[in-house]
Amino acid sequence: MEPDERALGNAAATVEFEHVTKRYDAGENGPGAVNDLSFVVPAGKICVLVGPSGCGKTTSLKMVNRLIEPTAGRILIDGRDISTEDPIGLRRRIGYVIQQTGLFPHQTIGENIAVVPRLLGWPASRQRERAEELLGIVGLDAARYRDRYPSQLSGGERQRVGVARALAADPPLMLMDEPFGAVDPIVREHLQNELLRVQADLAKTILFVTHDIDEAIKMGDLVAVMQNGGRLAQFAPPAELLARPASEFVARFVGADRGLKRMSLMRVRDLPLHAAVTARPGDDAADALRRITADPFPYLLLVDRSGAPIGWFDEAEIPATGTLSADAAVSMSPLFAPETTLKDALSMLLDNEVQAGIAVDRGGRVLGLVTDGDIAAAARPDGPAARPDAGA
Amino acid sequence: MLDWGWLADHLGAFADRTVQHLYLAAVGLVVGFAIAFALGLVAIRRRRSYPPIAGAAGILYTIPSLVLFAALVPITGLSLLTAEVPLVIYTQVIFIRNIVAGFDAVPADVLEAADGMGYARDQRLLRVELPLAVPLIVAGLRVASVSTIGLVTITGTLGDRFGGLGFFIFEGYSRGFATEIAAGAVGSMVLALVVDAVLVRVQRFLTPWTRPPALAAERLPADAATS
Repeated sequence: MEPDERALGNAAATVEFEHVTKRYDAGENGPGAVNDLSFVVPAGKICVLVGPSGCGKTTSLKMVNRLIEPTAGRILIDGRDISTEDPIGLRRRIGYVIQQTGLFPHQTIGENIAVVPRLLGWPASRQRERAEELLGIVGLDAARYRDRYPSQLSGGERQRVGVARALAADPPLMLMDEPFGAVDPIVREHLQNELLRVQADLAKTILFVTHDIDEAIKMGDLVAVMQNGGRLAQFAPPAELLARPASEFVARFVGADRGLKRMSLMRVRDLPLHAAVTARPGDDAADALRRITADPFPYLLLVDRSGAPIGWFDEAEIPATGTLSADAAVSMSPLFAPETTLKDALSMLLDNEVQAGIAVDRGGRVLGLVTDGDIAAAARPDGPAARPDAGA
Repeated sequence: MLDWGWLADHLGAFADRTVQHLYLAAVGLVVGFAIAFALGLVAIRRRRSYPPIAGAAGILYTIPSLVLFAALVPITGLSLLTAEVPLVIYTQVIFIRNIVAGFDAVPADVLEAADGMGYARDQRLLRVELPLAVPLIVAGLRVASVSTIGLVTITGTLGDRFGGLGFFIFEGYSRGFATEIAAGAVGSMVLALVVDAVLVRVQRFLTPWTRPPALAAERLPADAATS
């Protein structure tokens, strides 16, 4: 096998920046300059480079596929110094997606996707199969899109094709330079979700550049916040970034609403749930009343035989004698799945004008209670969101 | 009035001269394009060389054609070379400008993507830049073809062996025969128009992606049915 066509060894690559510096004539604080950048992106993770324009994030990205050469320092992919590799061969092993898509106007969508396989000399039939497979992966009907030209596609469709093209030769590493920056917010959100879905299956290592902190928090397993002069302001998982910004710059950059942002990262399953006092229809009312009085939360949750919630009894509504009846239970609370974000959960509580929601499992059985107070506590900087593994 | 009888008697000569006309024009265009393409590539790769190259081609273009033919005869005689050198020279300014403009029109994001995906320099030039430059290059070819076909008539000053349809213009002039002059002139014009029309077809064939999207979309069965 030619060295150029050698795979990097596994499905995802580790990327290391070691004291990488890039200087331009404008000086070390000029636009695009990078200053002593060091970080490690573990295999299979999405690392987002985020920062204001001119902070050197795109420069950093382009040094990985050697479109730009560093002034000093090294970049290692799976431990190998990329400066020792042939740039052409290196680029063919790295997926590359850019904001303006860079699709070739003179080639059909199928031909565009097969660009790198063609450069690598795959047989024509395999190129075609791969293009069709990838159209399916990015959610486009192969028969319908394969023979169109890029000018016949919408911006969002073109961007999907751009992602498919970058995936064509199954690269262990993808570089994405503001890939969704040119599409409208609704399409952008859709494309973000699609990429996360694809990534859940493929687990590529992805370096992703954006200037949008919300996108960084949503997409990143790790976020590298860069500031002017190409200095790394903070390198952390999104939750930690929001809980403990390393500097005034990072705090300002992530925004004053970082508590709210944290809530969109955390999920109901991340919270310690309160045990609910439960009873079933037909249970003894006096016994239930005794149990509820002992609990600081003065409500009784009626559940059916399978453990699914039916409704609440207020302490005052529980009869002193006799049995509990399902008809007497009032006012259900919103139900949360374990993966419901705290932001959505709080919103549901506010909409329903209640203080507690019920966490249920896939089968609809009660797991426990979540109060607005729990959500607020979790979103505080010292809350569970600050755990390094939260949200990852 | 035109002498239709003379025209009918000379259809064979007309055909021969049309073929010669096309041959003389084609040689000038092919050689001219080859030289201009090389100069255009130099200009693209070394941007600073573009103003002098385009300037020189522009100055050559201003030389009156009759003078150029006359100046060449003492050097190269009444030869094919003497006929072709001016034709080639006059194509340069048109070709070079359009070739450079064609490459300049390739979008920057396309070039960046090509580099990022691992095209070597020559691969990028041949497979990405050249196809995308075709519309403007063919536009230049159309202008150069029309102008060269017109100029071929003047090669008739070099004698009966040259001139294409221009032969009839010169012969008709010396005999004071209007029909023959008109036949040569109109024939040359029609030839230019036909060649231009052919080149339009050639460009459509070479650049299917530039067809109007609506037309191309009609070929997709799913589109009309589902939306």
